[in-house]
Amino acid sequence: MDSPGAHIKDDSIDATHGCILYIEGLTVSFDGFKALNDLNLYIDDGELRCIIGPNGAGKTTMMDVITGKTRPDHGTVFFGQNHDLTKMTEYEISHTGIGRKFQKPTVFLNHTVFENLELALHAKKDVWQSLTRSLVGEQRDTIEEGLETIGLKEQKNLRSALLSHGQKQWLEIGMLLVQNPRLLLIDEPVAGMTHQETERTAELLKSLAGKHSVVVVEHEMDFIRSIANRVTVLHEGHVLAEGKMEEVQNDPKVIEVYLGS
Amino acid sequence: MIKKIATLHSFKEWILTFILLGIALVLLPLLNLLVPEESVLHVPDYIFSLLGKYLCYALVALAVDLIWGYTGILSLGHGVFFSMGGYAMGMYLMRSIGKEGVYKSDLPDFMVFLDWKELPWYWYGFDYFAFTLLVILILPGLFAFTFGYFAFRSRIKGVYFAIITQAMTYALMLLFFRNNTGFGGNNGLTDFKRILGYSLQEPSTKLSLYIITIIVLFLSYLLSRYVVRSKLGRILTAIRDAESRVMFSGYNTLHYKLFVWTLSAFLCGIAGALYVPQVGIINPSEMQPSNSIEMAIWVAVGGRGTLSGALIGAGLVNGAKSWFTVAAPEYWLYFLGTLFIVLTLFFPKGLVGFFSRFFSKDKMREPS
Repeated sequence: MDSPGAHIKDDSIDATHGCILYIEGLTVSFDGFKALNDLNLYIDDGELRCIIGPNGAGKTTMMDVITGKTRPDHGTVFFGQNHDLTKMTEYEISHTGIGRKFQKPTVFLNHTVFENLELALHAKKDVWQSLTRSLVGEQRDTIEEGLETIGLKEQKNLRSALLSHGQKQWLEIGMLLVQNPRLLLIDEPVAGMTHQETERTAELLKSLAGKHSVVVVEHEMDFIRSIANRVTVLHEGHVLAEGKMEEVQNDPKVIEVYLGS
Repeated sequence: MIKKIATLHSFKEWILTFILLGIALVLLPLLNLLVPEESVLHVPDYIFSLLGKYLCYALVALAVDLIWGYTGILSLGHGVFFSMGGYAMGMYLMRSIGKEGVYKSDLPDFMVFLDWKELPWYWYGFDYFAFTLLVILILPGLFAFTFGYFAFRSRIKGVYFAIITQAMTYALMLLFFRNNTGFGGNNGLTDFKRILGYSLQEPSTKLSLYIITIIVLFLSYLLSRYVVRSKLGRILTAIRDAESRVMFSGYNTLHYKLFVWTLSAFLCGIAGALYVPQVGIINPSEMQPSNSIEMAIWVAVGGRGTLSGALIGAGLVNGAKSWFTVAAPEYWLYFLGTLFIVLTLFFPKGLVGFFSRFFSKDKMREPS
């Protein structure tokens, strides 16, 4: 999806070595407990990567560090080769082109679907612009396109509190899309979804890879099997195994951690 | 410009607005000036000072609604901004007394009483109305900006923010209670004689102040309405509902919160400045923690996040207060407390929220 100003963003990320995200030696501890322990992870440009791991493996903490919510004790996180994310604030990170979907669907419940996308839309986001500017045609087109992609065209003027759980998840993904990010971080996109909704979400995410790099954290194994090329297994704050789904599934270390599940 | 303003209301809402303005600006003054005093239709002079006072409270409620109703930041310290505007105006009015005070001195009476020989430096300039106006327009906002910068930068929110605003207003009240601070101690500033050369006792001056207050309130309402209907307004409610999502969408929420916080204090300061000449006194009790809490109650009664609700709430609660404090003064606080409990339990969206469920087809925007 192209939105105004997309080229500016793309120029500023240096992914010439094929990698979009470099996580190296990352350690985060909370009161002595190491949520992340010397984590090393590389995400290729345009890749769709799934991250799995038992509860407490550090998946959400990792996302928190990437998006600037949590600061690491040690280690670096680079977006492209030129943006040190550990030194940036949440909104700056968002501006360089990283979008995040939360575990619990987080949309603006008192705004309509359209307004939700309007607020997320890639644009200048300072106070004065927000006070004085209204949407231009091109921006409306981008929003309409987004509505189409997430299948909520008919609900566009509905207050988003009235959407079903699955629709809220899609809306949140749509909000990421209109931000036009290089990297999407998606935390448990199919939790609480029906089978059909899960299938649609899988298609949606697969269609995004290539244009964007996508990192999905998920528990639901069937879902991961249906979308992933590469899977990374986290355990106790570091990478336990990485590779194709079948390889990972047959890895004895992984089987041990998951107790055969 | 005019086109933009016209879209702030629907046609029906504009009609209603102009009817209300017509009653307040034309009908009431005419009934006062033209109808003889013995007629039932005559509007007595004192009504205008009373209404003027309510209108100032309505402006405060508007300010509180912007920060609390729309942005979800509960301030229990708006009495400070109100008092800053009020004291600035009070200082000008004190200086306008000239040598007509009890002690026939060039200094304000309370300074003579304290045996001060000259004017403290921070009173300089208040001989001039233009300077005073500047202080009224800048000081409350500037103070709020500084306070808000540190509070919001440290990501203080919710109950913690409410508590430190209470502490702020309490601390300033104690400071102003001291005689040495130089603002008249617990008596505050009073015994005003004139404003811009016009006697404050004259009915015509009172009427003029009342009309100015209406105009200021109307303009502030339009400004607030413009703000909340812009994209910025939608971002404010988004901050209220899901701040982290707003940040991850690329907005620096610090700037947005500071903007609306400062705007709110600015309006509140103006309200204080208009209040003082109409009521005739400003003292530190305006900064009592309970006063600032009452301001939040006005908004809660009318309905958070509706602007019109804030105006209605301020009018109703203060109308009730005026009636109670005459009819049954000892029961007023019980009534106010009961009102607040009943409202939060049964009408969490306030009166406007409650009634618009029946009358309006508009999509609701009140907090969920």
